[in-house]
Amino acid sequence: MSAAAHSVVEPSTTSKRVAATLVIVYAVVSMIPLFWIFATSFKTPPDSIAYPPKIVFTPSIEGYCNLFTTRTRQTAEYINALPPATSFCDETTRKRNMVIAGPSNFLPRFLNSIVIAFGSTFLAVFLGTLAAYGFSRFKVPLADDLLFFILSTRFMPPIAVAIPIYLMYREIGLSDTALGMILLYTAVNVSLAVWLLKGFIDEIPREYEEAAMIDGYTRLQAFWRVVLPQATTGIAATAIFCLIFAWNEYAFAALLTSGTAQTAPPFIPTIIGEGGQDWPAVAAGTTIFLVPILVFTILLRKQLLRGITFGAVRK
Amino acid sequence: MAEIRVENLRKEFGSFTAVQNSNFVVEDGEFFVMLGPSGCGKTTTLRMIAGLELPSSGKILLGGEDVSQKRARERDIAFVFQLFALYPHMNVRKNIGFPLLAQGMPRAGIRQRVEETARLLRIDHLLDRPVSGLAGGDRQRVALGRAIVRRPKCFLMDEPLGTLDTEFRDLMVHELRELHNRIRATTVYVTHDQLEAMAMADKIAVMNHGVIEQFGSPREIYDRPATMFVADFIGSPPMNFLPFAGALRRGAKEIVVDGAAVAVPELREDVAPADMALGFRPEHIRFDGGSTLRGAVYGTEYLGTTQIVAVETAGGMVKARVPADIRLTAGEPVGLTLNAARLSLFDKASGRAIRTALYEGAAHG
Repeated sequence: MSAAAHSVVEPSTTSKRVAATLVIVYAVVSMIPLFWIFATSFKTPPDSIAYPPKIVFTPSIEGYCNLFTTRTRQTAEYINALPPATSFCDETTRKRNMVIAGPSNFLPRFLNSIVIAFGSTFLAVFLGTLAAYGFSRFKVPLADDLLFFILSTRFMPPIAVAIPIYLMYREIGLSDTALGMILLYTAVNVSLAVWLLKGFIDEIPREYEEAAMIDGYTRLQAFWRVVLPQATTGIAATAIFCLIFAWNEYAFAALLTSGTAQTAPPFIPTIIGEGGQDWPAVAAGTTIFLVPILVFTILLRKQLLRGITFGAVRK
Repeated sequence: MAEIRVENLRKEFGSFTAVQNSNFVVEDGEFFVMLGPSGCGKTTTLRMIAGLELPSSGKILLGGEDVSQKRARERDIAFVFQLFALYPHMNVRKNIGFPLLAQGMPRAGIRQRVEETARLLRIDHLLDRPVSGLAGGDRQRVALGRAIVRRPKCFLMDEPLGTLDTEFRDLMVHELRELHNRIRATTVYVTHDQLEAMAMADKIAVMNHGVIEQFGSPREIYDRPATMFVADFIGSPPMNFLPFAGALRRGAKEIVVDGAAVAVPELREDVAPADMALGFRPEHIRFDGGSTLRGAVYGTEYLGTTQIVAVETAGGMVKARVPADIRLTAGEPVGLTLNAARLSLFDKASGRAIRTALYEGAAHG
């Protein structure tokens, strides 16, 4: 290989500037939709459909009020007869000739999303770590074939098997249950988890476990106390990939959940039908929906960065 | 502390035999070195003693107890790995204390033992440092600390100095031997470096292709190599060999190499006509104009007090270690006189050393 390929020369100022410009442009372009959603969530319904679109507007939390409540239209006489409004939401709703009838389904749907996405991520990473460790350290009969089989489950889009899964779930009573969704997302993610984690665990020298086993620990203890702490980078990166999939998944959620186990992605679009074109409420739901992934990613950003460049960097 | 007894130990990986029927005994408190080129089976033997590999057949007894099929953690041994295998997510103190934690020792006891050990190794000032920032020698000491802290039956070390630079290695060789003299723990040490082996060992086993070629003290192995492989592997430069053919008779004190008569230690066995080799160390050659064994100087390598002179003879290249003040030029004819008392004879086909007065009473591997 040529010397230039291994060059450690500091990049020139020009190339740094070009790189910085490209990164900034790309970041701005990808963030415009997010910004638009965020801005819309703080608009009033009339502002949200104003043409030309309003960049400068008076912020309002009406969208968030509407997201968390259901409202009924009432006559002016009925509203005037009510005791004075106790909150900002109350007041805004009355201005639109409506009263708050009760909480909306957003909170339970959002909680469903949290339970299902985090539950399936935990399961996929847990099973994936154990399987990856097994494939990495033990002589598994037909290991290559098994690994190929595990990978092959990703050869087609999962939704291609939607109908058989729908029928199976209906038959065994897993339709519209959190457990069903957790199992489904785990099944989809576990292959990714096994493959990613096997790469990470392969890079951890076996001597560490051997040392621990000689130091008087069982293999399981050695795995727990010595291998896992060193695999945190890989586990974090894998967890984010799994979580993003499970969190954003729409098609199966729309097909298999309708009531108690419905997640946020199929629920959010239904908000729009309640009381006119309520874009701010939809945008508010989307904004809140973005938060957990954002927090999770920010917390684990170091591991994620190292995780996605794994193999390229030697410890 | 305990004696290690290895009986008919054998290890196969598929169709490859890594270790064939090894037998040896490491006495209690002995520093035992397994020496050999890479792939000779020395590390595999060590890993079997540790319990990291299970033998295909044969027995391993630690202090009289058969541990052949026991798990590593049940054997009460300590192992120092080539790359130390210090737990990167723990500091020095936790690394050294980790084996004690497994034994369920109370916190205060661990603390005290760790500090004692660290003082012994002169790393007590590093206890609260992360292991990632340590220099090579200190990492080595931490690895040793983790091994000695629990006072195991024996220490097993797999080329622990392999990654250190030369200067540091010499220092650690002395430190290791000194440590051994102080704590007198049965130690099995694996290396491919003959200098390390010679400097530290009470006993050496030289291995090749899964077979122990010779087992003995460093002196025995150097002076009375049991096979041509051992003779060639030990010594720098290694032993010289000059081929000759013929039958040998018990009681003979002379052989003929390239038409020149060479005095040898008295033979103690009859040998049927075969291809043989005369083996001699570079330092057992003297230049002597009158000698009938002749050659021409090929080149010299100056080493300060001595020099290594390569001499082209009818039987092949020979290297001599002679005082540095002898002036020689390439092409110059020289006569070689060999120290008759220190010569070895080998059967070329099997590589086995022929029994002579020199070898009498010496242990054969």
